[in-house]
Amino acid sequence: MGTFSDYDKSFERSDRSARDRQRHRQKVRQAIKDNIADIISEEAIIGKSRDKIIKVPIKGVKEYRFVYGQNNPAAGQGDGDTEPGDVVGRTGDQGQGPADQAGDQPGEDYYETDVTLEELIDIVFEDLELPFWERKKFRQVESKRLFKRKGYRRKGIRPRLDKRKSAKSRIRRRHATIGPRRVNNNSNGSLNGNIQNGQEESEERRFPFHYDDLKYRHLVEDIKLESNAVVICIMDTSGSMDTVKKYLARSFYFLLYQFVNQRYENTELVFIAHHTEAREVDEDEFFYKGESGGTFVSSGYKKALEIIEARYHPALWNIYAFHTSDGDNFTSDNDAALESAKELCEICNLFGYGEIKPTGSWDWGAPLYKLFQSIDAENFCMVKIEKKEDLWSGFRRLISVDKIEDEELGEE
Amino acid sequence: MNYSVEDLQKWDEKILAKVEEFGLDPFPQHFEICDHFQMLGYMSYSGMPSRYPHWSFGKAYEKQKTLYDYGVSGLPYEMVINSNPSLAYLMRDNSLLLQILTIAHVYAHNDFFKNNFTFRHSNNQYTIEKFKTHADRVRDYVEAPGIGQTKVDEILDAAHALSLQCRRNLEIRKLNREEQEDLAWERSQPRYDPYQAIHKREEWKPPDTSRVPLEPDEDLLLFIRDHNFNLSEWEKDLLTIIHQETQYFLPQIETKIMNEGWASFWHKRILDSLELPQELHIEFMVRHNQVLRPTPGQINPYHLGYRIYEDIESRWDDPTDEEKTESGRKNGEGREKIFQVRKIDRDSSFLRQYLTEELVRDMDLFRHEKQGNDRVVSEIADEDNWEKIKQTLIKQVGTTSIPVIKIFDSDHLGERTLYLKHDYDGRELDLEYAEKTIAYAQQLWGHPVMLETLLDDKEHHLVHDGQQFKTVKAG
Repeated sequence: MGTFSDYDKSFERSDRSARDRQRHRQKVRQAIKDNIADIISEEAIIGKSRDKIIKVPIKGVKEYRFVYGQNNPAAGQGDGDTEPGDVVGRTGDQGQGPADQAGDQPGEDYYETDVTLEELIDIVFEDLELPFWERKKFRQVESKRLFKRKGYRRKGIRPRLDKRKSAKSRIRRRHATIGPRRVNNNSNGSLNGNIQNGQEESEERRFPFHYDDLKYRHLVEDIKLESNAVVICIMDTSGSMDTVKKYLARSFYFLLYQFVNQRYENTELVFIAHHTEAREVDEDEFFYKGESGGTFVSSGYKKALEIIEARYHPALWNIYAFHTSDGDNFTSDNDAALESAKELCEICNLFGYGEIKPTGSWDWGAPLYKLFQSIDAENFCMVKIEKKEDLWSGFRRLISVDKIEDEELGEE
Repeated sequence: MNYSVEDLQKWDEKILAKVEEFGLDPFPQHFEICDHFQMLGYMSYSGMPSRYPHWSFGKAYEKQKTLYDYGVSGLPYEMVINSNPSLAYLMRDNSLLLQILTIAHVYAHNDFFKNNFTFRHSNNQYTIEKFKTHADRVRDYVEAPGIGQTKVDEILDAAHALSLQCRRNLEIRKLNREEQEDLAWERSQPRYDPYQAIHKREEWKPPDTSRVPLEPDEDLLLFIRDHNFNLSEWEKDLLTIIHQETQYFLPQIETKIMNEGWASFWHKRILDSLELPQELHIEFMVRHNQVLRPTPGQINPYHLGYRIYEDIESRWDDPTDEEKTESGRKNGEGREKIFQVRKIDRDSSFLRQYLTEELVRDMDLFRHEKQGNDRVVSEIADEDNWEKIKQTLIKQVGTTSIPVIKIFDSDHLGERTLYLKHDYDGRELDLEYAEKTIAYAQQLWGHPVMLETLLDDKEHHLVHDGQQFKTVKAG
């Protein structure tokens, strides 16, 4: 005869898989970290909301075994009128039967996981492995304190409980109720009386906290205008900027935007596309519209200066400007470009120039790169990007230049 | 729960009476009632009340939970563990009818565990204890100073990758070294020649008995454990644990269709004979059909197994005149026959013998192949192709769905290279998976590992030498 057990009511159930789940998540995170360069350069995530959920392909958490490949035929069951040539599925989604004992068969792995942009950014900056002194510097730059203390309240959340104040107010209340703390010594003589007294005494000694005693620190939001930042993306959209170059530029802007966004409460984005003339455009147009023609770099810079003057006063805004180009410029424009670049350096927290040369032609003699080497402002940085892998090193150099004090950093 | 445990006990008594009446022979059965949360937990640990910690179980849990939360797949109504006494879980939220159905289903699984030959070596009186001691040992290693989680994980990950690479048929005894040498000597003897008086005598060479292993060895984990002298005791113990646990699961992989078919066949018979009240009976029909309906494009083992048992029973109950004269079958032998089948078959032999042309046609089985990015139907069940479909199906059930890989030499070319050979049967290995798995094998072996297989009908060697992986075309 079968026996039954039902552990419902009295049994505190344990979450037995909690630890193994946590370790699986760590593996997922590690896998994302390992592929971070691919992810940031492939996703349309620049300037997106932090809650945006991104599908991230994972290569690290599969459980490998010897298995047969997808090329092999398999059998299936039809609905009665299957004909040769019917499409019954796609490769990659192998069928799975009804749920059954998990774990004893090499089942399908899911290759994608959802992470929020927020998490992704955390991972990005974790991956950067910023050494301590760099982190410290960021804190100094951080110009906004979210909250400041303002008085006390009787209600609040536990972490804000002010223990000293609460204890004081309890003492005050006891003083008011039973007088100053002193052992009462009038003895009664009789044994009974003594015991009762003793009980009373211990009752007296126990004087618990009352809800009214508890004091919580009160915080108010503290807004400072300096916590605004604007990222000005300037890009050469002339004919020589092809898709690959734009794609690299886009990845770079993503990093920059997220970096700035980490540190300021309010971050705005400005896109300036230029060829011989400059226009302010939106993100889509910025990355997808190609234009033809030659290049006047100065036009882009001038447009940036114009916009800064009109909308982003340097006293109220932290300005991060970054220009990507393939290095071509009309020689006649070089002087004007240098001039306005210097001007930008003066009013920006950081002005960067990225030269994108995806092809093998490693021409260091590119006019702009050479030209800008004469700028010796501390907050100016040049990076060269040849391939995806350079994004990281380039970006690391860029942020190390931000409001720099340490001169060594400029070089690397 | 709108019924009490007492209700379940009453139903259990009735069901058990039927179980005995039908001649099923289960272990004593214990039922534990759990909620869906616990069920998810049991599922990720293959039902074991105690199992060693590993991240892959956490992954299984997350996956099941996601599927469940989004309603992609439900939870199984029950889980049964092959142990003596048998342990099964019932979900508290299920309706009374589902519990009745499940109890009947569980008894048939239990009977199958006790009687099918593949489970003969599973020592099921110690199942729960065995998994528990394994779990304790692994936890000890995790906590031991000098070992720790990371090192344990490294071994477990690698061992998991190779775990299914073991002997499939435990009925065939593995020869020990001495017997292997005897066999080699025996084979080296010249064959009997009736004309030896006039033939020149063949030159006889002694066999090379230096090679390890002499006979190709399928137990990868055990072989590495016994022949890699650099492994420490705890590493060897982990390999033993994984090997033993796989041995426990192997018969279940081997008999999935038979086991589910058997349980479905009997829950139907038992519930039909219980004379359920009408409302329960209607619910039963609905649930039964939900479990047994074919999954389009795939194979539902419940459905397939159930259909075959029904077919066997009816064919042996009423044999045709031809069968009567040819094999001397009598009427009404159906019951006896299916009990025999449940004892002596496994999925592959079950399908080979009893999946008839009529069934293949009737169930509209088909064969599909890869074409570009799609899976396209290549053959349907007609006179010319049903046999081909059947053969394809047999290859994807039980352990035939796992590539056979054997160790041929552990000192290949005198470089301590572990020489593995894939028994190619027309199916190619997945290269990405093969590469990673070979890397795991290399990690455990500590010296180069080489796998011989066929790609595009040409012999290739996949080699991992500890630094890098490469694919070399042989010859």
